[in-house]
Amino acid sequence: MSLPVGHLQALLGSLGRLARNPLATLLTLVVIALALALPASLRLLVTNAQAATGNFGSAIELSVYFKTDVSLAKARQLAEAARGRRDVAQATLISAEQGLEDFRTYSGFGDALAALRENPLPHVLHVRPRVEASSPAALEALRGYFRAWPEVDLVQVDSQWVQRFNGILEVLRELLLMAAGLLGIGVIAVIGNTIRLEIAGRRAEIEVIKLVGGSNAFVRRPFLYIGLLYGLGGALLAWAIIALAIYLLGDSVANLARLYGSRFMLQGPTAGDVGALLVGGAALGWVGAWISAARHLRSIEPRA
Amino acid sequence: MITFEQVSKRYANGRVALENVSFNVHTGEMVFLTGRSGAGKSTVLKLIALLERPTRGSVLVNGKNTRALKPRHIAAFRRRIGVVFQDHKLLADRPVFDNVALPLAVASTPLKEIDKRVRAALDQVGLLGRERSLPQELSVGEQQRVGIARAVVSKPPLLIADEPTGNLDPDLSLEVMRLFRRFQDVGVTVVVATHDLHLVREFGQRVITLENGHLQGGGEPDSLPSFVATR
Repeated sequence: MSLPVGHLQALLGSLGRLARNPLATLLTLVVIALALALPASLRLLVTNAQAATGNFGSAIELSVYFKTDVSLAKARQLAEAARGRRDVAQATLISAEQGLEDFRTYSGFGDALAALRENPLPHVLHVRPRVEASSPAALEALRGYFRAWPEVDLVQVDSQWVQRFNGILEVLRELLLMAAGLLGIGVIAVIGNTIRLEIAGRRAEIEVIKLVGGSNAFVRRPFLYIGLLYGLGGALLAWAIIALAIYLLGDSVANLARLYGSRFMLQGPTAGDVGALLVGGAALGWVGAWISAARHLRSIEPRA
Repeated sequence: MITFEQVSKRYANGRVALENVSFNVHTGEMVFLTGRSGAGKSTVLKLIALLERPTRGSVLVNGKNTRALKPRHIAAFRRRIGVVFQDHKLLADRPVFDNVALPLAVASTPLKEIDKRVRAALDQVGLLGRERSLPQELSVGEQQRVGIARAVVSKPPLLIADEPTGNLDPDLSLEVMRLFRRFQDVGVTVVVATHDLHLVREFGQRVITLENGHLQGGGEPDSLPSFVATR
């Protein structure tokens, strides 16, 4: 059981070393935390955007405009046929009269409408497809079905903006991967450089340890723990930064969502996200320290 | 314990520090290595502690040929040799206890055992009770004794010292040498490099004298240089 004790000592020794130089340690931690927080918040942005728009499937609607000479009874009959289809979740018929009434109430052009001699609006059928029939191909098929009716004048599909939005999310996701990769290399470089300085500052000590028979693994161990602690500490700080940002943004995002008639709330990182952040940060620290230690410790040999 | 067979050492800068040097140090022996500065004393010790490797010839220590030793075995090899330096090479920011415990810590010794042996080593050099002092709070002689405690704490079979009394006054020097002899009494092989011939004379152990990288005399007691008095 001597090995774990040695590791524990190295870990505590490294912790003490970091604590003895709080300002330098803090500055390094902040740099690492910012480098980790950027890709982590990008990921949150993507997941939140997906959650906010998670009911897009049900938001897609086909508006079927009947020709103006189609009677209400005929329109009702066709609406019934639409409801019978398997890929249709809901079909709501807005009669020309009801449409005019709504327009008068909500548009503010009530007086102008009064001057019209006859109702210029057609009957409209709002069709909401089932979620599983929301793919572009399925929508196109449904659209073709309604267009084939001689009574129909025009079919509008409000799906293009959904596709565009998903495209934007896809770009963001790729950007996230790139940022994570680049900033990960940045974290390795920052920690590697910090370890290099640490090694240079403890040269005499390393020589003595090698002189009394310290193996390379023994000499390397405290530096690996310093790297690990920097990575882990940076990740914890990054988590704190993100939590603070979510707390500060929460109210305004909820307000914005309410304006869009949504009860969407900003979501924080899941336990899995936090776990990945902490493990990733610690791993980057360890790797950075390892690379640096392998490079710089080899050159230090004791001189008598 | 130590065998030098026709050892030559040429440094990278071209300086030849040792040329064709052969001698033996037997287990349990205490040997003085003398000569002017630059004669090659330090090189001999560096070759023993594997801080350098011979250019030609072979150095056998503890039955191991230092030339054939793989890099990953160097640490274990050094753990069987206690080294004392003129400038003692203590870690200034660590208390006495940590400095002495270092050879045990690198050998993954359990903490309880470390505590016991560090105290025993400090007791042997007369510094028990100073565990928590920092090296600069001690006198030069005490610092040197901490260095000796560190060299013997892991009970190595071989103790080598490079000018251990170089910074000490005659009384302290004598004290340090007596300490080395006490370790020899319990079976440790001791090699002390020194140019203090008075001290060498006082102790009357075997002397190996180097001059310009060559061995003077045969290095055996019956061929001692005439100025060295035997007891």
